[in-house]
Amino acid sequence: MSVSITMKSVVKRYGDLTIIPGLSEQVRNGEFFTLLGPSGCGKTTLLRMIAGFNSIEGGEILFNDKVINDIPAHKRNIGMVFQSYAIFPHLTVRENVEYGLKLRKTDKEEMRRRVDAILDAVQISEYQDRLPERLSGGQQQRVALARAIVIHPSVLLMDEPLSNLDAKLRVEMRSAIRAVQKKVGITTVYVTHDQEEALSISDRIAVMKKGVIQQTARPEVLYTRPYNVFVSTFLGHSNLFRAHVAAEGETRSVVFANGYKLAVPKLSKEAADGQEVIVAIRPEEFSMQEAGLTCKVATRVFLGKYMQYALDFPEEMLAGKQPSIEYSQDLGHAEHMLGVGDGVTLRPNPDKINVFTADGERSLMEGVVQNE
Amino acid sequence: MNKRALSIRPDFWTFVTLLSIAVFAIFLIYPLFSLFLSAFQDPATGEWTLDNFKLFFERKYYYQSIINSFSVTTAVTVLAVVIGTTIAYFMSLYRIRYKNLVEVCIVISLLSPPFIGAYSWVLIAGRSGVLTQFLASYGIETPPIYGFFGILLVLTLKLYPFIYLYVAGAMKNIDSALIEAAESLGCSGLRKVVTILLPLITPTILAGALMVFMNAMADFGTPMLIGEGFNVMPVMIYSEFINEVGDQANFAAAMAAIMVFITSVIFLAQKYVVNRKSFTMSSLRPMAVGHLTGWKNIVVHAGIYAVVALSMIPQLVVVYTSFLNTNGSIFTEGYSLASYETIFSTLGTAVKNTYLFSTAAMVAIVFLGMTVAYLTTRKKSLLTECIDTLSMFPYIIPGSVLGITLLLAFNDEPLLLSGTAFIIIISLVIRRLPYTLRSSSAILYQLSPSMEEASISLGASPLKTFFKVTAVMMLPGVMSGAILSWITAINELSSSIILFTGETKTMSVAIYMEVIRASYGTAAALSTILTLTTIIAMLIFFKVSGRRDVTL
Repeated sequence: MSVSITMKSVVKRYGDLTIIPGLSEQVRNGEFFTLLGPSGCGKTTLLRMIAGFNSIEGGEILFNDKVINDIPAHKRNIGMVFQSYAIFPHLTVRENVEYGLKLRKTDKEEMRRRVDAILDAVQISEYQDRLPERLSGGQQQRVALARAIVIHPSVLLMDEPLSNLDAKLRVEMRSAIRAVQKKVGITTVYVTHDQEEALSISDRIAVMKKGVIQQTARPEVLYTRPYNVFVSTFLGHSNLFRAHVAAEGETRSVVFANGYKLAVPKLSKEAADGQEVIVAIRPEEFSMQEAGLTCKVATRVFLGKYMQYALDFPEEMLAGKQPSIEYSQDLGHAEHMLGVGDGVTLRPNPDKINVFTADGERSLMEGVVQNE
Repeated sequence: MNKRALSIRPDFWTFVTLLSIAVFAIFLIYPLFSLFLSAFQDPATGEWTLDNFKLFFERKYYYQSIINSFSVTTAVTVLAVVIGTTIAYFMSLYRIRYKNLVEVCIVISLLSPPFIGAYSWVLIAGRSGVLTQFLASYGIETPPIYGFFGILLVLTLKLYPFIYLYVAGAMKNIDSALIEAAESLGCSGLRKVVTILLPLITPTILAGALMVFMNAMADFGTPMLIGEGFNVMPVMIYSEFINEVGDQANFAAAMAAIMVFITSVIFLAQKYVVNRKSFTMSSLRPMAVGHLTGWKNIVVHAGIYAVVALSMIPQLVVVYTSFLNTNGSIFTEGYSLASYETIFSTLGTAVKNTYLFSTAAMVAIVFLGMTVAYLTTRKKSLLTECIDTLSMFPYIIPGSVLGITLLLAFNDEPLLLSGTAFIIIISLVIRRLPYTLRSSSAILYQLSPSMEEASISLGASPLKTFFKVTAVMMLPGVMSGAILSWITAINELSSSIILFTGETKTMSVAIYMEVIRASYGTAAALSTILTLTTIIAMLIFFKVSGRRDVTL
């Protein structure tokens, strides 16, 4: 049966190199949980620790109440889907799916029934007698999924399962995986570096950087109320501005370097008057107004639904070097478009923008927690 | 914290590690070092001395053998490289009629027993050879086939296939875009070959040249049969060792040590050069096959057919003479199966031994090759590194030297093994294991570890996973390599000739003895059986591997 996974101060070391310095997290029973982060952040390492392919140098991992640190991989009852699919090339599709059941000495009739059901669920029944080398990437991934799920594992672990597929197939397989997971109701840990994939598929996402979880939250929360600057820039684009807090009675505002003052209703009480902050504004949170932040258009790219401008701001307005400052103009409602070199004044939407401490480590918005 | 990583439970892999270390330590390192030590010992008193080496370098009769070995080996290597590369070039880039048949013939001449060439050339062009006598009846005198030129002829025809197979393989990996790029930059003709093609296949040629050099250097049967006065090192070592005087073992050991030293230097030098120059190539689209026309076409065809025919002549002569009536050493009128009858009445054991020993060796090689390759690629540790290094040793030890080391080391209690079948099988295993090991590791590196992890995640223990998944996927590659090992094992002479006794005589040893006794009929019949077996095994190899080429 499906279980919850608890990680308590988990440590991973290779010799002197610490990959994961001490990580705690809880994956709920039946949940689709995604580890998202740039390459080298330790997400695959953590997944392989849960699987039992990597040793655990410190802390504990529990399935329900049971510590699994010392249980070898083949006794953990996990289902795993690999980036390379890892379909056994010498076995037919059906034999691949039967492999785990045979090891469990499932009786013939029961095995036939379960294999038929799962082949049907992932829609590969018609290929069941083929050898895997004659299957497409998407079909192979369906076999891998069926093979992992058919044994009724305690948890399903997926390591970048879609990264070898082309864009269209990726989207299709995404929904297939999601549908099968919901139907079986199995606790799933999914690793990816693709944010769109993570946002679309997950119940909750943990964003990782250098072996540390930056924030765990539902996809929409992660995007709209990121816990720190890293999350706000890693997920989608955020323009970062320097500002300070102005507190007048109950009203709290941010004052930008050009003196423009914007009241932010959701700014937390702990933001003190005069405190230096970073304001993160997403490209779609700007609108053209009389008062606001003044800048020039550097380049523009037409993208159909909207026009994307790169903006030139005076350096003192910005919080450090950034690859680009962007404004997306929704062409469904735009009255006029800007040309390269035009001056423009943009007003940030005060209900949407996020404010962080000056070091970028923590959100100053009300009700934002690191682990939801 | 982590008890699992710290506890070392003796399991299957510990067993394999210890077994392979034991095999190498007992049957390779210990004998080799006792040989080296005895090279520095005085035969009478057992004191440490350099006299053995001094004797070698003082007497022209002895040190001449190094010069001879070097000159003939170098000549063979150069000639084999020229012939092999040229044939490979034309066979890869132009349409050659009966290309498949030509390739099969080339492979057969490579895999056939090494000394058959020598003895059939003696039958053809020796003092009383067919050709010699035929020409003499017209008053034409032929140059002697014995000595330097005989060895050169036989070994070149026997070893150029190495270069051919290596280079033809490399040519397949050259992407046609490289050639087209050169042409688009205005380079063509011979210049294209010299500036692009040749540099690309140079590392391959060097690798092949090393194989040829090592084989030619270590070959014992050919110079023994056709060399006559032209003494080379393996022959010298053998005759000093076999010498009845009895105090020559230390001197033979010193010569063996010198020889191993030379081969090691060559081996390391080649490795150094290849490591600096190697690169990987993979071709999306191999080079197109062109057409030759007119006189060029005729010359190329004639050249290729002539070389292949020359290298096939020994096989054909042997098969033909095996059906001739004989009277002692003289072939008489008429055809019969008399030679074969003689074999089965007197030399049946040799036939049986050959198949028995080489099959036993093959089983051991497959088992050790797969498991040890798994250890050295998947379970890296200090011990497995150690095995990996040890497994390189047999590359540089000539067969006859290995034979001597084994005989010297196991001639006494408590490990009295000389004269047993076991010691011959062990020598076959030691000599061929490195090749299987290397090819098995190559296969393993191409198998994604996630395949094994998938099996483990589905509940199979790591050991079960090895046998159910890893081994199954490795098997086709390993088996085709094992068949080649089996073929070389049935044809092995240089270490068996030293290790055999009446009970453990093999076919190749028997052929050698029969040739020495001038019983050419039985020798030919035995050779025919060997050649036939080789061809059948090769057909099985092609079937198993699904390939049309051979890499040793």
